[in-house]
This record gives sequence, structure tokens and C-alpha cells, in this order.
Amino acid sequence: MIKKIMLLFGFLFFLTSCKNEVKKEIVTALKKEVTSTTTSVKTYDYNQLKPLLEKKDDKTYVINFWATWCAPCVKELPYFEKINKEYADKNVAVLLVSLDFPKQVEKKLIPFINRKKLQSEVVLLDDVNEDVWIKAIDESWSGALPATIIYTKNKRKFYEQSFDYETLENELKTFLNP
Amino acid sequence: MKTIESILLLAVVVFTTAAFTLKNSGGYKVGDTIEDFRLKNIDGTMVSLFDYEDAKGFIIIFTCNTCPYSVANEDRIIALNDKYQEEGYPVIAINPNDPAAVPDDSFDKMKVRADEKGFNFPYLLDEGQNVYPKFGASKTPHVYIVTKEDMKVQYIGAIDNSSRNPDTVTEKYVENAVDALLAGKTIEKTETRAIGCSIKTI
Repeated sequence: MIKKIMLLFGFLFFLTSCKNEVKKEIVTALKKEVTSTTTSVKTYDYNQLKPLLEKKDDKTYVINFWATWCAPCVKELPYFEKINKEYADKNVAVLLVSLDFPKQVEKKLIPFINRKKLQSEVVLLDDVNEDVWIKAIDESWSGALPATIIYTKNKRKFYEQSFDYETLENELKTFLNP
Repeated sequence: MKTIESILLLAVVVFTTAAFTLKNSGGYKVGDTIEDFRLKNIDGTMVSLFDYEDAKGFIIIFTCNTCPYSVANEDRIIALNDKYQEEGYPVIAINPNDPAAVPDDSFDKMKVRADEKGFNFPYLLDEGQNVYPKFGASKTPHVYIVTKEDMKVQYIGAIDNSSRNPDTVTEKYVENAVDALLAGKTIEKTETRAIGCSIKTI
């Protein structure tokens, strides 16, 4: 009799743990669906990136040049993310142009995007002709990171500096309220 | 009375010029005469440009331990010194970052990095961060080639045209500039740009 009871308990225990496993699996699967993981990043040379820096539509574009290894860039990224989220309905789009080392896209950039759950579009600029495109992006840019462009079809400003949220938002507002 | 007026006028002129100059001092441009500096090397000695009696000029490079673009260029900087020290153009590396802002760029960490990589050139700390603003350096790495006799800036910019990847270099800006100076020729490209890390201060 005791043996039978023990066996029953054992069986019950087995069932419950089994159920937990299944539950766990379902939860993980669900989570994966909610936060879509980034698995690749588009790579552009300057000529391919250029059209994204001079669109003539009615949007306001905030372009941030950054890299995962650049501490001040990483620090200000949440502000660009916040702009991307809070100004989406005001026709503002944020583009994060990474200058990470092309060899480290898989190992550093993509895991970083997923870890920080970046929602703004991220592209990689891989073009060795730095002397040409740094000047082309802005005559005043020395090449230091971070750097930012805010533009509309009528107005354009370049910033070789770091931002806090307030400064960034105030700059953006000068483009939104002509 | 006239004298006082003149003095006042002169004072105004001097003051305005000074203010104007300060406002526009984005650092040295090509052709400018530089001031010598005196900075502490990782071996504890003080280094200034006038110490180099036999030099024809200098390859001054603002660089640091922590910037990946600097690290990606370390072997190239060592090679530059190997090639040009004997010819009279030694490399002088200066770390412009404030260690209070970037602990890994401290004087002690500079020694460690120089030792690991076998730096064959002086690696100076810009203590107090007073030298790099005079040059107008904005990032690491940032190169200034200076001729010694007139202390004039001959070149400002990048080491070559592929900072991220040494295997895809097709134009060696610094080598071309120093070669031109050694041959008494005009430097073709006196200013170039490359991506780098902003200089960190508190």
C-alpha cells in the first residue's frame, strides 16, 4: 500500500515538473515573438548612404553617427531612442549610422542592438574613403564621434558634439516649428 | 591728453585682436608656427621638441590606450617611427585624454600599453590637457607633422586612407608627406580626415 502511494506521488511529481517544462517553453517562445531579434544590419558605402542624408520629403530626419565602442555615443543613444519614440507621430525619423569595425558586426553590433533593444533603424557605414565622405557629410566635421545631423528638405544642421536629451530635443524643435 | 587717448585706443585694438584671436583659435592650421611643449614621458623624463637636436621635424600623434581607432593604428605608428626616426622625423605620441574621465588612459596604464605593444617612441601625457587644444586636436588618432627649423605645421590629419583596416590601405598620407619633406618637395595632401574618438575631458 505504502509502495503504491509512493509510486502515485512519484507519478504526480513527474507530471507537475513536466508541465512546468512545457510552460517554460511556451513563455520563452512568446517572449521571442514580442521582442523581435535583430539578426543582420544593412551595410552601406557612402554613395549608398548619401540618399538617406538628403531626402526631400516632409519628414524631419535625425542622423546619429556612433559606434558601440564609443562611450559618449552609447551614453547619448537613449536620447535618440526617446526622440524616435516620442516624435514618431510628428513625422520625425531617427537613423543610427554605426561606424563599428565591419569585422565586429556579428560579434558586437548585433548583440548590442538586441541587448539595448534599439528601436531606431541601424545601418553600418563601411567605406574606407573617409577623407572624402567625412568632408562630404559636413565640411566642419573633423571625424570625431559622436556626430549628428538634423535635417528637413529646407534646413540642415551638423553637430560634432554629444547631446543630453534636453539639448537634442530643443535642437529638434527648431526644425519642427518654423 | 593725446597720449592717453592713443594708449586707450591701442588698448582697445589689442583687446579686440586678442578676443578675436581667442574666439577663432580652433588650433593650429597648416602653415602655422607651433609653440614647443614640455610633457612627461612614460619613462618619467620630460620631453620637449627642442631636446631633439638632430631632428628635421616631428610626427606628432595624439593617441590613447582606449580608442579602438588608436589601437587599430598602433602597429602603423610603430612602423612610422621605425621608418622615419633615423631620417630625422621621429614619432612623438601624446595622450590628450584626462585620466579622470577615462581611467584606462592613466599614466600607469599608458606605461602598461606601451610595454605590451613595444612602443619605440615617447608616449607623453598631456597633463592638465593644455597642449591638445593649442593644436586643435579633436580626436584620437590625430596627426600633425611639424618641421623643426621653423616649427611650422606641414600636415594635419589621418595616418592613411583606411583607419579601420590596415589591409585595405591604398594611400599612406603621413608617409607621402614626410617623403615629400625629405625630398624637398611640396606635400600633395596637407589635410586629410578620418574617423576617430572624441578627446575625453571632464
